[in-house]
Amino acid sequence: MTDLQDSKLTEFEDNDQNPVGFGRMLRKEDARLLRGRGRFVDDVQLPGMLHLAILRSPFAHASIVSIDTSAAEASPGVKAVVTGETLKGLGLAWMPTLSNDVQAVLATDKVRFQGQEVAFVVAEDRYKARDALELIDVEYDVLEPVVDVRKSLAPDAPIIRTDLEGKADNHVFDWETGDEEETNRVFASADVVVKEDIVYPRVHPAPMETCGSVADFDPVEGRLRLWSTTQAPHAHRTLYAIVAGLPEHKIQVIAPDIGGGFGNKVPIYPGYVLSIVGSIVTGKPVKWMEDRSENLISTGFARDYIMRAEIAATREGKILAIRTNVLADHGAFNGTAAPVKYPAGFFGVFTGSYDIQAAHCKMTAVYTNKAPGGVAYACSFRITEAVYLVERIVDTLAYELQMDPAELRLKNFIQPDQFPYTTKTGWVYDSGNYEPTMRLAMEMAGYDELRKEQAEKRARGELMGIGIAFFTEAVGAGPRKNMDILGLGMADGCELRVHPTGKAVVRLSVKTQGQGHETTFAQIIAEELGIPPADIDVLHGDTDNTPFGLGTYGSRSTPVSGAAAALVARKVRDKARLIASAMLEVSVADLDWVKGAFQVKGDPGKSVTIQEIAFRAHGAGDLPDGVEGGLEAQICYNPSNLTYPHGAYICVVDIDPGTAEVKVRRFIAVDDCGTRINPMIIEGQVHGGLTDGVGMALMEMISFDEDGNCLGASLMDYLIPTALEVPDWETGYTVTPSPHHPIGAKGVGESATVGSPPAIVNAVVDALKPFGVRHADMPLTPSRVWDAMRGQATPPI
Amino acid sequence: MQVTMTVNGTEYTREIEGRMLLVHFLRDVLGLTGTHWGCDTSNCGVCVVWLDGEPVKSCTVLAAMAGGHEVRTVEGLANGAELDPIQEGFRQCHGLQCGFCTPGMLMTCRALLDRNPDPTEGEIREAISGQICRCTGYSSIIRSVRWAAVHEANAAKEEEVAQA
Amino acid sequence: MQVPAPFEYERATSVDQAIGLLERLGSSARLVAGGHSLLPMMKLRLANFEYLIDINDLHGELGYIRLSDDEVRIGAMTRHRELLESDVLAGVFPIFRDAERVIADPVVRNRGTLGGSLCQADPSEDLSAVCTTLDASCVIRGPGGAERVVTMEEFHVGPYETAVADNEILTEIRLPRKSFKVGSAYAKVERRAGDWAVVSSGAAVWLDAGRIVDARVGLAAVGPNTTGIPEISAALRGHEPSEELYRLAGAIAARSCDPVTDTRGSADYKRHLADELTRRTLRTAVERARS
Repeated sequence: MTDLQDSKLTEFEDNDQNPVGFGRMLRKEDARLLRGRGRFVDDVQLPGMLHLAILRSPFAHASIVSIDTSAAEASPGVKAVVTGETLKGLGLAWMPTLSNDVQAVLATDKVRFQGQEVAFVVAEDRYKARDALELIDVEYDVLEPVVDVRKSLAPDAPIIRTDLEGKADNHVFDWETGDEEETNRVFASADVVVKEDIVYPRVHPAPMETCGSVADFDPVEGRLRLWSTTQAPHAHRTLYAIVAGLPEHKIQVIAPDIGGGFGNKVPIYPGYVLSIVGSIVTGKPVKWMEDRSENLISTGFARDYIMRAEIAATREGKILAIRTNVLADHGAFNGTAAPVKYPAGFFGVFTGSYDIQAAHCKMTAVYTNKAPGGVAYACSFRITEAVYLVERIVDTLAYELQMDPAELRLKNFIQPDQFPYTTKTGWVYDSGNYEPTMRLAMEMAGYDELRKEQAEKRARGELMGIGIAFFTEAVGAGPRKNMDILGLGMADGCELRVHPTGKAVVRLSVKTQGQGHETTFAQIIAEELGIPPADIDVLHGDTDNTPFGLGTYGSRSTPVSGAAAALVARKVRDKARLIASAMLEVSVADLDWVKGAFQVKGDPGKSVTIQEIAFRAHGAGDLPDGVEGGLEAQICYNPSNLTYPHGAYICVVDIDPGTAEVKVRRFIAVDDCGTRINPMIIEGQVHGGLTDGVGMALMEMISFDEDGNCLGASLMDYLIPTALEVPDWETGYTVTPSPHHPIGAKGVGESATVGSPPAIVNAVVDALKPFGVRHADMPLTPSRVWDAMRGQATPPI
Repeated sequence: MQVTMTVNGTEYTREIEGRMLLVHFLRDVLGLTGTHWGCDTSNCGVCVVWLDGEPVKSCTVLAAMAGGHEVRTVEGLANGAELDPIQEGFRQCHGLQCGFCTPGMLMTCRALLDRNPDPTEGEIREAISGQICRCTGYSSIIRSVRWAAVHEANAAKEEEVAQA
Repeated sequence: MQVPAPFEYERATSVDQAIGLLERLGSSARLVAGGHSLLPMMKLRLANFEYLIDINDLHGELGYIRLSDDEVRIGAMTRHRELLESDVLAGVFPIFRDAERVIADPVVRNRGTLGGSLCQADPSEDLSAVCTTLDASCVIRGPGGAERVVTMEEFHVGPYETAVADNEILTEIRLPRKSFKVGSAYAKVERRAGDWAVVSSGAAVWLDAGRIVDARVGLAAVGPNTTGIPEISAALRGHEPSEELYRLAGAIAARSCDPVTDTRGSADYKRHLADELTRRTLRTAVERARS
């Protein structure tokens, strides 16, 4: 292992340590988190608080014959035991999912996946609550489960959703995009067609903090306070109002510090609702924190796509068309968290970064007896699957054409003058300049030398692989005309108030789960107003104190709320200009804005700072006609388009020919997310995503046995990379601003999770080239790599 | 049963059940919520505290086992307003994002530096290999530890010079 | 978070006092040392006991590594970290350091003990394979200070089952030394650091005048218990070490073991690893014996 150079510790020391605006700035939130003074949901302690534990189904598919709760009710310290029958009486047994399906809050008729919620106990402490679960006696009539997704639509498959009237199969939806006829025509006349079956296995975001909530219902005021692990507090509040029938203005959702989300904390889980029920039933605050096993077996999983990919090209390597057929496993309830009109999320960007003639996708989604979910784990609404598909199939084309995979990509990129570029599936890429990004990654990697080294090693029987992935993402949902979650348009509010002394508070609708919003949003305001970030408080995560918006997921905080913050600051600046003109006694046209102050054109000595203007805005004396007192503004930003960050990733692996163990030796990531607000935070986001990629490519998978038992139900079985499985990340960047974003920024939070798995798999497959391997599915555990080396690669499901 | 232990230099005596886990004693009984828990199987390490100077996973230690012993948690790292160098290293090098694994990481890394003031990248990776971070990808944690090592070494040198 | 079912906590102050407690409480009691195998199982309610007897205070009595001319004695409460860091032990049997580097993780190794690992009797457990490789014997103490010594084969009755009775304690492991040049090594394939072995292999070789006077191989995770393979010892004895000999040993290992297909890997792959790792560890063991 090479030693980390200490020069990396000082490379930033010349930078401005306290930028008033963009630049590397240390994080404001760290002060509390480093001292153990963060406040996470499980840290919330209220007087008289009770604890809730959930009894879950041990079976994947079974009818509930009877439930006897008497022994549990008699257990010491137990305050309530509630089953689905009780909820039925309250009209709460079912709740809507984010995809207009319904999901059982507590099972009444039957259980549909292992880990489904069946009953709950509220007790004095978490130990007593857990003890009482053992005493609930449930009689099940076990039914045949649907575990193999390929058999879910078989005529004799057991019907999972007997709750849906008239439902006679396990079909969820069919979805299609692109031009089938044209695509078939291009394929028919192409020189080369390559086909590959590619599986993106079911994985899980598994944030270090599991999901949980503390519900405190005040029956006198009729008010509900709910602390919960949510990435979207406002959307959740509206949904609670709809589900529980509570008036929305009486609900306060508080997302305190969140220990990682990655999409796991977007949906509403039964547990949250149960904590509310528990508080209403007992009249006390009730805390629910799931354990790790509950998190892994019941909450939002990710991926689970079985994809047939086909690519058509000329013999010279010009890509002509891509088509794919996808079978999507949605689990027992369609709980996909994606904009309503996008049942497959943004999978439509599967044409990647290439200028092609035609594309088509056909998808079928089905129910199985597995946990619901599907959109999570930093996936940018299924772009993970799309990018994996295209970057894998492009590599198989390179294999067949015996072309260098870098050269093949360079030959097919959308060119800078083609932006905005409309893809064959209708997505409008806002901006991009792909070749410099690719070239930079190749230069950083020393691509030609690596290929030389590989050739020498191959001659000696050593296995070294170089994998490339180039991705374009579509992040920052809305616009609201196309995108909504259960009817809530995907736009974000933002409020900014400058206090008399020139300090400010900005209120966001989005919510950090570690992305550093308290820092970057202060920097955005600082950039626009010239107020130092230290003087700007960022409030978020409390529906009583922040404006409405759809939350943080799909890399949308910077593209949507970041734009809102910049624009609200500009609104404040516009007002400040009017006040400044009065203060300086010149017309507004005679004022220049220099960051932090207005000065009279041609007379820099005559100026007023934003702080002076703020005091005047609140002070004695008249303001200009039509100008109200105070210095504040609010906005609801509706993005005109998504932003389209891109990146070039190169991975180098070594494989032990004797044991088939894969070692990621190097990983070079060059990202282009447009304007960079805080490079330190961007780099951190990229590092985290790259590590996700190593996890998915090499070890992570939620698998099931034939009875539908989850085999990844603990962190002993669901493996996440440690510091020993990942290299020291090598990152670089190019900057292609978004033309429609006020500051030119694009989302970056999920880029690396999206882009890294294909780079790693491509590297492993490249290393196995001497064995004639063209494809092997994730997770590439030693055993599965060994199978591939012997020509026996199998899909993981 | 009654248990008495010293936590961050203060002695506490409390009545507890024999089965109470140390992490719950610290969090729920003493209100020291800086120490987190993340799994049930001692795989994730967000619960690491010191027991008699050694990092241990407090979700897999009974509170009773810590009776008569000394526990140190993340709340005991800083000296008043002044951060411990390892905390300052994490701040300077972006060694944390969501902050959930951070207390455990800090305790392990502090112990590493106490035993090995100049650890290599490989030694740092090994030391934290029982702890999972989902956010940072570890590189910045490693830099943070190196930052602390370098600054502690420099501070020691300066002190030597001052004394001479 | 998962929590164990109620139990009474007792703390032992000496080995004999602990045995007294065990005698009184019988099978309703269980000893706990590091607790990193037992407590997770109790939290998941896969194991329940009325009493847990904490023997961590016996570290003073049972935490030691003692070297004599004819054997190494290791106290059952010796912690993983102590085994890893002991230069004395690494000087005689470097297989311990090889294995300890890949057992669990450094924080767990601060708590976990040799005795606890052996008594857990997990078929994938690495120290059991090490002890099998080194032909260890286990000292078990019962009421009245009565001690009996059993071989590793006798010690491991089955998966998660040992020869230690309800009123007994494993106190010491004895590793015989022979008056020949010895080398030993351990190798493990795991899906990720800290995971249980897909397969691991330990090897020890004793050389005299360039020839193998004895050799032993112990495998983990390829059968109901860690597996010693006498046939390999027989095949190697009396020969000069060679690649051909390692291949032969590997082939014997592959056909002698009995792995199952699971999420860690296919039975075929594990058999292949038994072969590959046997060859690797024998090679390293011989190199070490020669140097």
